[in-house]
Amino acid sequence: FRNQYDSDVTVWSPQGRLYQVEYAMEAVKQGAAVVGIKSRTHVVLAAFKRATDDLAANQKKVLAIDDHIGVGFSGLTADAQVLTKFLRTECLNSKYAYNTPHSVTRLIAALGAKMQICTQVYGRRPFGVGFLVAGFDETGSHLIQTCPSSNYYDCKAMAIGARSQSARTYMERKLEEFEDCDRNKLITHGLTALRECLSDGDLDTKNCSMAVVGKGENFQIYDGDAIASFISFTL
Amino acid sequence: MADGGQFSAAPFWQNGPSPGQFYNTPGTNLASSQLPRTYTQQPIVTGTSVLGVTFTGGVVIAADTLGSYGSLARFRDISRLLKVNEKVAIGASGDYADFQFIRDIINQKVLDGKCLNDNYCYSPVAIHTWLTRILYNRRTKINPLWNNIIVGGYDENEGSYLGYVDKLGVAYQAPTIATGYGSYIAQPLLRQSYESNNNNFTEEQALSAIERCMRVLLYRDGRSGNQYEVAIITKDGCQVTSPKPISTNWDIAEYVKYV
Repeated sequence: FRNQYDSDVTVWSPQGRLYQVEYAMEAVKQGAAVVGIKSRTHVVLAAFKRATDDLAANQKKVLAIDDHIGVGFSGLTADAQVLTKFLRTECLNSKYAYNTPHSVTRLIAALGAKMQICTQVYGRRPFGVGFLVAGFDETGSHLIQTCPSSNYYDCKAMAIGARSQSARTYMERKLEEFEDCDRNKLITHGLTALRECLSDGDLDTKNCSMAVVGKGENFQIYDGDAIASFISFTL
Repeated sequence: MADGGQFSAAPFWQNGPSPGQFYNTPGTNLASSQLPRTYTQQPIVTGTSVLGVTFTGGVVIAADTLGSYGSLARFRDISRLLKVNEKVAIGASGDYADFQFIRDIINQKVLDGKCLNDNYCYSPVAIHTWLTRILYNRRTKINPLWNNIIVGGYDENEGSYLGYVDKLGVAYQAPTIATGYGSYIAQPLLRQSYESNNNNFTEEQALSAIERCMRVLLYRDGRSGNQYEVAIITKDGCQVTSPKPISTNWDIAEYVKYV
């Protein structure tokens, strides 16, 4: 990995690569897995909450942004907090100025513009966090993946973080079912996909977190005991 | 001073305006009139009433096409309505320059949205709330945009929407709204038709109520114009018609003894 073109984010390699941005994307790949799936009417996020220590509580992975938007993240938690605060402020300002839930796509476009600055200014570093943004607005359901490179991708289903390839494989197999899936089945798919990312043990109420948002349903996080019944339904 | 010395002429007059200086009209406070006025004090070219009516399946907004310069009917074919997008239209009375300013800002906003290429349309409530924030902010700085604005639109989720916002930042929604003289003359007529029809209009009933009110306003409002435009917003989109003349009947004039 180490070479003479990776010292600054403002240095191109002869092959046209920005190594610092690519290294930042590694940070996302090292983080604990997050899975997202959307249907026509709902979006589900499921995240694996890693515990650094038996003494510590498990890391919060899914955060609410507004009544109709929430995110799951993978990567540097501190960077995630900064960007989450930005997203929340944008949504709140929009609520005040327009009395309307912020359009999900517009919000992420603004986030992308903010993240891009750090990939082009000397002395700054890219945000080392990837989001799966789940939102439902007047244009329907949205699941958007964001990267440290500031690119964002509209997805039908996606998984990021450690061992997420297994979840993606599962979801690719089941892709046709998702669009017209009902809410509870969608949650089951989400948690089943998340289980594929485990190296050992199984999902329990301590190590995973789930959230749903959809038509007529505000963004709601299910944690701890609330998630127990959903886990028992996984395939 | 009096004779100006040998190389410059004596002033032609005393105690009068000096060329190039701001003139203190007698009675004004000396200090503040040295400075140019930096805040709105009066509207210059004005539009009179704007009417708005909701019907089942949409909304209609109407305004005449006259810009008055005080009592002079100066600009007789100006549009006081703005189509924002397929869901929303606004109509403004009051200062026309302030309406043009608002129109430019809204058009720029819509254009910026087109550049994002995401098919996002501002909803009627979004435009109404946003205008309310702006107008209230300006009033708080004692530099108002001197307008009474009606925001109307149709949204599949919310249905028909009709809102009012003015230079004080007062904002409300109602099924029928009228600004200016319309609030005294047309609003009672609109409310009576609307309520006697069981609180709903068809599109034809709304348009004929509007036509009747515009005629009454032409007769009774001394600053009204003789043609009007209508913005009709339904689920099929928003359309601003070309100016329609108002037919009047002055036969009664012959019977009036005093001119």
